[in-house]
Amino acid sequence: MEAAEHNAPNYVAVWAALAVLTMVELAVVYLGLPRRLTVISLIFLALWKALLVALYFMHLKFEPKRLLYVVLAPLPLALILVFTVIHGFRTP
Amino acid sequence: MTAPAAVEAMPAAERGAGVHTQKLGMWVFLVSEVMFFTALIGSYIILRWGRSSPWPEPRTVLAIPVTALNTFILICSSVSMVKAYAAAVRDDQKHLKRWLLTTVVGGATFVGVQAREYMHLIAKGFLPSSGLFGATFYTMTGFHGFHVTCGVISMIWVTIRAFRGKYAGGKYQGVETIGLYWHFVDLVWIILFTIVYLI
Repeated sequence: MEAAEHNAPNYVAVWAALAVLTMVELAVVYLGLPRRLTVISLIFLALWKALLVALYFMHLKFEPKRLLYVVLAPLPLALILVFTVIHGFRTP
Repeated sequence: MTAPAAVEAMPAAERGAGVHTQKLGMWVFLVSEVMFFTALIGSYIILRWGRSSPWPEPRTVLAIPVTALNTFILICSSVSMVKAYAAAVRDDQKHLKRWLLTTVVGGATFVGVQAREYMHLIAKGFLPSSGLFGATFYTMTGFHGFHVTCGVISMIWVTIRAFRGKYAGGKYQGVETIGLYWHFVDLVWIILFTIVYLI
């Protein structure tokens, strides 16, 4: 059973979720919500979609832990990169 | 479904990382790509929110519905890619070829629509020299489009190999590796579409 799940997650369900989330994104843009709420919702939706692609299409959910560490390693570095440059940009 | 014979026949050296070396290699490459796109997206965020001059509302310059449809096409091509991978794993050559072809068509359509979008924007007078927004827009979407183009070319090669029966008998690793690249490019677009077009 576990092996069957490993080899074939329900890709059509993931696809449907991605399609619906894309439509929700468009709705958020055209709904005219307060600016801050729009931005936060859009970032949240984009990360959700990205996570679905990484976990199911790229099979990260089913990979050994060691590969997961390889993949997660650059994310803190990426954040450090952005925040350091923002800091340098803000400081005169 | 049980693990294909190829996994069991993996050389001992490949067992260290727990995955086959092609896959590990692709992941390490993708990790460096994360840093590459972070640099672009990070610069965009800093230039846009750290500016003193006004930034045009993307909605007023770009055609959101067309690009949303294009985003959907790319997502669909990711699904066809994963279907091709699933077919390769169960050694279903007929569906492998069919889904790979679908993926090539999807990717090529995405690049085509993006090329049309560029032509349309240039005709409207929105150029890479049109301020910071123009410069960052063409840099980010251009680099992404370049990635998709490379993906389509590689995918054509993989499809040709599939038609020659190179992935038969449980040798699906090549399909999995190109698939990882393909999904990554899709993932990057999901982020770029949100940051450049929607926000």
